[in-house]
Amino acid sequence: MASGLYSQHLNNRKLRYMRNAVLIAVLVIFALVSLFPILYMLTWSFGPAIEAASNSYSIFPRIWTMDSYKAFVNYSPHSFRWLFNSLVVAVATVLGNVVFASMAGYAFAKINFKGRQTLFFMVLIAMMIPYQVTQVPLYILIVREFQMTNTYAALILPGIATSYNIFLSKQFFTGIPTALLESAKIEGCGQLKTFRLIVLPLSKTILAVMAINTFLGSWNNFFWPFLVTSKDAMFTIQVGLKTFKFSNGTLLSPMMAGACISAVPMFILFFALQKYFLEGVTVGAVKG
Amino acid sequence: MRKKSNQYTKLPARRHKWLSSENLSGWGFILAAMIVFAFFTLYPVISAVFTSLQDYKPFGSAWVGFKNYTDAVKSTLFWKSIKNTLLYTAAVVPLSLLIAFVIAIMILPFEKKTQSVFKALYYLPGIASGVATAVVWLWLYDSSPSGIFNQLLGLFGVSSVNWLSSSNTAMFSLILMALLSSHGSNVIIYMAALHGIDNTYFEAAEMDGATFMHKVRYIVFPLCKPTTLFLLVTGIIGSFQVFMNAYMMTGGGPDNNTTMIGLLIFNNAFNYGKYGLACAQAIMLAIVIAALTMVQFKVMGEDVEY
Repeated sequence: MASGLYSQHLNNRKLRYMRNAVLIAVLVIFALVSLFPILYMLTWSFGPAIEAASNSYSIFPRIWTMDSYKAFVNYSPHSFRWLFNSLVVAVATVLGNVVFASMAGYAFAKINFKGRQTLFFMVLIAMMIPYQVTQVPLYILIVREFQMTNTYAALILPGIATSYNIFLSKQFFTGIPTALLESAKIEGCGQLKTFRLIVLPLSKTILAVMAINTFLGSWNNFFWPFLVTSKDAMFTIQVGLKTFKFSNGTLLSPMMAGACISAVPMFILFFALQKYFLEGVTVGAVKG
Repeated sequence: MRKKSNQYTKLPARRHKWLSSENLSGWGFILAAMIVFAFFTLYPVISAVFTSLQDYKPFGSAWVGFKNYTDAVKSTLFWKSIKNTLLYTAAVVPLSLLIAFVIAIMILPFEKKTQSVFKALYYLPGIASGVATAVVWLWLYDSSPSGIFNQLLGLFGVSSVNWLSSSNTAMFSLILMALLSSHGSNVIIYMAALHGIDNTYFEAAEMDGATFMHKVRYIVFPLCKPTTLFLLVTGIIGSFQVFMNAYMMTGGGPDNNTTMIGLLIFNNAFNYGKYGLACAQAIMLAIVIAALTMVQFKVMGEDVEY
């Protein structure tokens, strides 16, 4: 409920309504300003597929057609493949992280093995290192040494168990009572069985948050797919959109259509799983 | 002051055996993740340090000592990109925190449902990919009179501006874009902090006749300080690595006025093939970021008690 920061104006209801109305109005205007680019993208994606310069364009298109979507899709014979590639990479990355990162997180939290402190410390340090440091050696490794350009392996493997996800799941698993795990052990469960039957069912929320954040991150990732793909057929949707932008800079509506194709799947996912998305924001933040 | 006592009190029962079941299952659980870690994080970091000391060539690199570092420091473009990065950070990070804080405060008095609606609305723009966002904003900043921002200026009778290609406005345009498209998660984190403040503080303040502004100033500000600090440091770290918008929107131009350190490293590595120089610059960036993180931990550690 409402916080005590605001006076309830118990003796003056009118005043409270007025105040709330003003706040709502300001919030809605703020929201409209920050949502405007998205509205603009959605509406203009239905505009005509002609050079923008040839018609002085208004805030919203006057003619509504699907032509621009056709123009974007027809730009490359592989445009549907881009979406498919993004999906494959995102799903594989999510599965890898949910399985491997959470297993590692569990071991770091609850199994007392040799080298645990040192290894976890290394993972922690790795989280602080900016990606600019690893990008060049990683590129040389994948492209030059392993010759993996234009393969799914190159797109998927480097992100399949991230330090961040190991850390995140370790933090969560630490909170599971050890007594619970010990009683499972006494009942004759091995570590793997305990993990599968006791720990995982208790961790559905954190795993869902992890899965969604990883999916979103992978889908929206531009940098790495851009470095390791050179053939149209292996582009992800983000790389495809960038290529389209650099060759069709003057076509407003087809560019908006492309942007919609890359962004709208995530909007749908967001509205379907809003709770986990919003939870995911605070889960990563340290509370003082 | 603790003495080394374990050499006198050896407890054989607690000693690890290499092949104990704890060890085996622990290693089994981390095996896959650690292989990935070794190949794609640990090796690249070590390799980056070596590469930064070399003149990289595909067949046989030559050791050049700290030449890449001295080259970097001597280059005027390097300093310009640092200046640009600092300017961008100094404008974007504090302002976006302030905006998020004000929005969070304004959302606070409403019911949970209304709060969630606003949280979702403000969070939504952050979900679109960087490429999609850049593509849209490129058109909002269109330099013709029908570009949205130019239409807006037109309402006030101001003539059209070359938002992204004039050296006076290019940086400003990138800053404005960042301010208007990335406050969602900050709002949500501030909301969590605000919800964590105990109502008794406000009740006590009200007894003493505190106004709304007093409460914000003397209760909310200090109690949100750890959150602000966290967002500040993570914001600065993120901002130091900004790449996407400069790359997609201005390409660093005009006259390198929007070349930031992330873009400079990218260009050195993947446009000019100067891998050694790029690694040296990236390592300098990493050192600055590590120092910032240390500051964060230090200050947060002192601040946790309340």
